[in-house]
This record gives sequence, C-alpha cells and structure tokens, in this order.
Amino acid sequence: MATFEDVVCPICGCLCDDIVATVEDNKIKGVKNSCSISATKFLNYHKHRLTSPLIRKNGEQVPVNLEEAVEKVAEILTNAEYPAIYGMALSSCEAQGLGVELAEEVGGVIDNQTVTCHGPTALGMHDMGMPTCTLGEVRHRADLILYWGSNVEESHPRHLRRYSVLSKGRFRKEREERKMVVIDVRKTASARPADLFIQIEQGQDYELMSALRMVLQFDEIEEESVAGIPVEKIEELAELLRNCEFGILFFGLGLTMSRGKERNIDAAISLVRDLNKWAKFSIMPMRGHYNVTGMNEVTTWQTGYPYAVDLSRGYPWYNPGETTFVDILRRGECDAALIIASDPLAHFPKDVAQNLCKIPFAVIDPHPSVTSLVADVVIPSAVTGIEAEGSAYRMDAIPLRLKKVLDPPSGIYSDEELLQMVLEKVRSMRG
Amino acid sequence: MKGFKATLLTGRSLKQGMGKEISKTSDRYKESVSICEVHPKDMEDAGLKERDVIRVTTQFGSVIVKCVPSDHIPKPGIIFIPYGPYASALIGMNTNSTGMPTFKGISAEVEPAPGEKVLDIRQLLTNLGR
Repeated sequence: MATFEDVVCPICGCLCDDIVATVEDNKIKGVKNSCSISATKFLNYHKHRLTSPLIRKNGEQVPVNLEEAVEKVAEILTNAEYPAIYGMALSSCEAQGLGVELAEEVGGVIDNQTVTCHGPTALGMHDMGMPTCTLGEVRHRADLILYWGSNVEESHPRHLRRYSVLSKGRFRKEREERKMVVIDVRKTASARPADLFIQIEQGQDYELMSALRMVLQFDEIEEESVAGIPVEKIEELAELLRNCEFGILFFGLGLTMSRGKERNIDAAISLVRDLNKWAKFSIMPMRGHYNVTGMNEVTTWQTGYPYAVDLSRGYPWYNPGETTFVDILRRGECDAALIIASDPLAHFPKDVAQNLCKIPFAVIDPHPSVTSLVADVVIPSAVTGIEAEGSAYRMDAIPLRLKKVLDPPSGIYSDEELLQMVLEKVRSMRG
Repeated sequence: MKGFKATLLTGRSLKQGMGKEISKTSDRYKESVSICEVHPKDMEDAGLKERDVIRVTTQFGSVIVKCVPSDHIPKPGIIFIPYGPYASALIGMNTNSTGMPTFKGISAEVEPAPGEKVLDIRQLLTNLGR
C-alpha cells in the first residue's frame, strides 16, 4: 500500500493541493481532505471507462485499434475546411498547448469551455482590466467576502474552508474576524453561512450594482427598491463594503449567464474599482473546471487571446460572437470537430448540439460522455491528475503540478500523448 | 391539475457534480439532471406531488422531467433545472455576440404530464439527429 500526499484535486478551480490518496493494487482505496465531488471522482474514476478506440460505421460504434482511430481523427480534421478543436479545460497545460498547435496546423478554431462559463468575464476584463489577487491573500487578509451569483457550496465545496470565510489565515484566524455576504436569486446552501444574504430579482444584477455604486458615492436613489432590494438594505450593504480593510468579490455564472452578460462583469469590476477609494478590494471569477484558467493562459501565450481563436487565416483572429465554438456551430460554418475532455452535446443549446451532430466529430475522453456516445471516432484517454501528470492553473492563475498516482489501464495514453500522435499524423498527411 | 408560467434558471447542483463523476451514462447522473425544482406553492396550485412528471416548454424546446419542491426557490414562478442535456433542450442558441447562450432567466411554461416518460440520454441523442 502506498500513500500519496499533497495530491492536487482535478475537479474544480480550487485545485486543492492537500489530498491524501491511498493506493493498493493500482487502485485508489481511500482519500482524505476531498470534498464530496472530489471523493466521488477519486473513488470511481476507474469504473465506467472507455476501454477501446471506436469508429462509427453505419450508425454503430465498433472497436478499432489506436492507430486506425488516430488516422481517422487526422483524416476528419485534414479534410475539413473549417474544423474546431474544442475542450481541454479538464486536461493539462501540456496537452492544451498541443491542442492549439493542432488547430494552427489544420487551420481551424481553438476554443474551450470558457465560452459557456466565464467567456463574458474575459470580455469584461478586456474592457475594464481586473483588480485581482491570489486566494492566499484572501485567506490571510480578507475581512469581507462577497459571493455574487455563485452557489459556492455546491460548485466549489471547499472554497469557504480552504481559501475564504472559514479558513484560518495568518492575519485573519477566526470566523468572527470576517464578514460573508451572498447575493443570489436562489437561497442556496451557500446562503446559510452568510452574515448577510440578499435575494435579488433574476436578471437585475446590473441594476443593483449601479445602485450600489450610487449609494457608495452618497448619491440619492429616488426609488424605494432596486432589483427587489429595499434601498435601506442597499445602504446597509454599502456601509459594510466601505468599512472593510480587505474585500473580495467572488462572482459566478449568475452574472455571466444572465441578461447583461459581459456588461454585468463591467459593472462588477467598476464597483470594485470604486470600492478601492475606501478599502483594498479585489475581484475574482469562480472558475469551474480545474484547468479552464490554464486553457486561457496557454491559448493566450500561444495566440495572444484566451479562447475562441480562429487560426484559419494563418494568423490568430479573435472575435467572440463570431469565432466562438457555439456561434460557428450555430451558423453551420464549422464542418468538423475534435472534442477533448468535454461534453458539448450535454451542455450546448439543443439547436447548436443538433448542428454538431450534422458534421463529423471525434472525442478524446477517459469516460463515456453524452457526446462520445454518438461520436464518429472515440479515443479513450488517461485521467489527468490521477493517471497522468501535468500543469494546471488554479482560479487565481497560480500554476500547480498535477500528480500521477497510478498507471492508466494498458494501452490507454494521456491527452498529451494522444494529441502528439494526431498532430504527427496530420503533418504526415499534409506532407 | 393546471399549468403555470415561470422563469427558468439552470445551474450547478452538488448531485449533478457527483453524478457526472460516477458516469454520464449512469442512472445517478440521469436522476440528478432530469429534475425541475419548483416552489412549493406552485406545486400545490398545479396539483403536483414530488417526482410527478411535468413538461417544461420554452420558445426553444420542450422536455419531460420530474418536479421536486425546493426551498431554494425564492418565490412562485421561478423554476430550476441543473445543467445537463435536459436543461439544454430548453435553451436558445442566440449568444448576443458573446459566445454565451442565455442559460438563466428564460420564460417557460410548466404543465403536469401524467403518463409521459422521462427520456434516457440515448433517446435525447436520437432527438438531436444521431
């Protein structure tokens, strides 16, 4: 029996790096320090696996050898006019870099799950910049922690305990030394530990932020309430924000997916910028997939842009709304796709998913997904962070090293190795 | 039994998070994403009991799911379906030039659908054209 300490958890943007995994007979027998989602992954990742490469023939997926599957993927991408490489928020940075290279080689679009999570955050950041910090600074110094449109207890179950309200920091040791505010449409489990919960009307975040900015500047609001919140309560919140020493606004998809989208992010960043007149205040998106931040970093350092990059012109072209995977599918422009560690048929709007089903596409994934069930080619991969090592970026853009704690099943390769194979095959086909 | 109008929110849930880590093809995943959280008063007014089958319809599509009462729902007229292929059947593809579809705040209608069946994942895929 072997014990692995300080294993980095490959679930969410918290990248908790204190997991203890006990391994026996090349299986994980137990984990410590995991949240419920993390423990479910570590203890079940080996079940329900894709075991053989598959190619869809006459509507049925049939097992093939790896060489044949890699060749078919290369053929699909090489024969396309405008292919897309999509996903990899659940892969290592090393694999992500190869994904970008592959998109450049085949002259297609490289995009990732950012498009349906914090894409509007990237757009807001382009407009406004982003006064941010690390989770370590929050843990050690923050005395006012605001979650806006984020059900942190269900999406990032250890965030409160490791990095924010319930953590023991160097300068903020006790729960009483911090105030927690939650603003959300639903009164979720995340509202329970809050000192102040504000239940906002759906889709009126921009209005509340504008009102809050006015109240902070001691302007008078002529309405009795804004976004369903009485003005007295907005004043109470403003007072709390103004009087902290180190505040942080964590925001989730409640802002990015609702009416206003990137304008909500503009308003949130403006609010934080205003608050720096009175206190040190930072803002941070609650990134979901464990290495979606890494995908933005890698895509940026290789192309100059964080997601939705069109490489079909021979140089990077970035225009979300035009070059985003959802939009090139929506308009029926994309004519082939390689999906890596992602499940767009489960999470894209139905009509967009239908358009993906009309074109040839391949999937690389450790597990069967909704998308893999009907893919033209499926290649099983190792589980990054358990069976393959690599780099990943935490939600605050701190890079950490994912560990390999045991071997993948025989004949199963990492995303990085598989993408290298596809890249080499594409290059040999293109001469 | 009668239907009602509502605003649809989609989002994360802990059960969905755990269900996807078991397997996207598992019953546990299907159970976690083929539900619709409804305010208890809307349940009562519509004559619905927990886990009754309902049809949720938006201008973009329609799907059969099971209803569950939830105290997370702030008031009557709001419903919540976890991210997944059932929620996605109800989402429009316009991204307002951002790449991001509107996953929260969609007008919907809810009606009891006794006798209807919640489709499994493969049947949903057939509806997508594969």
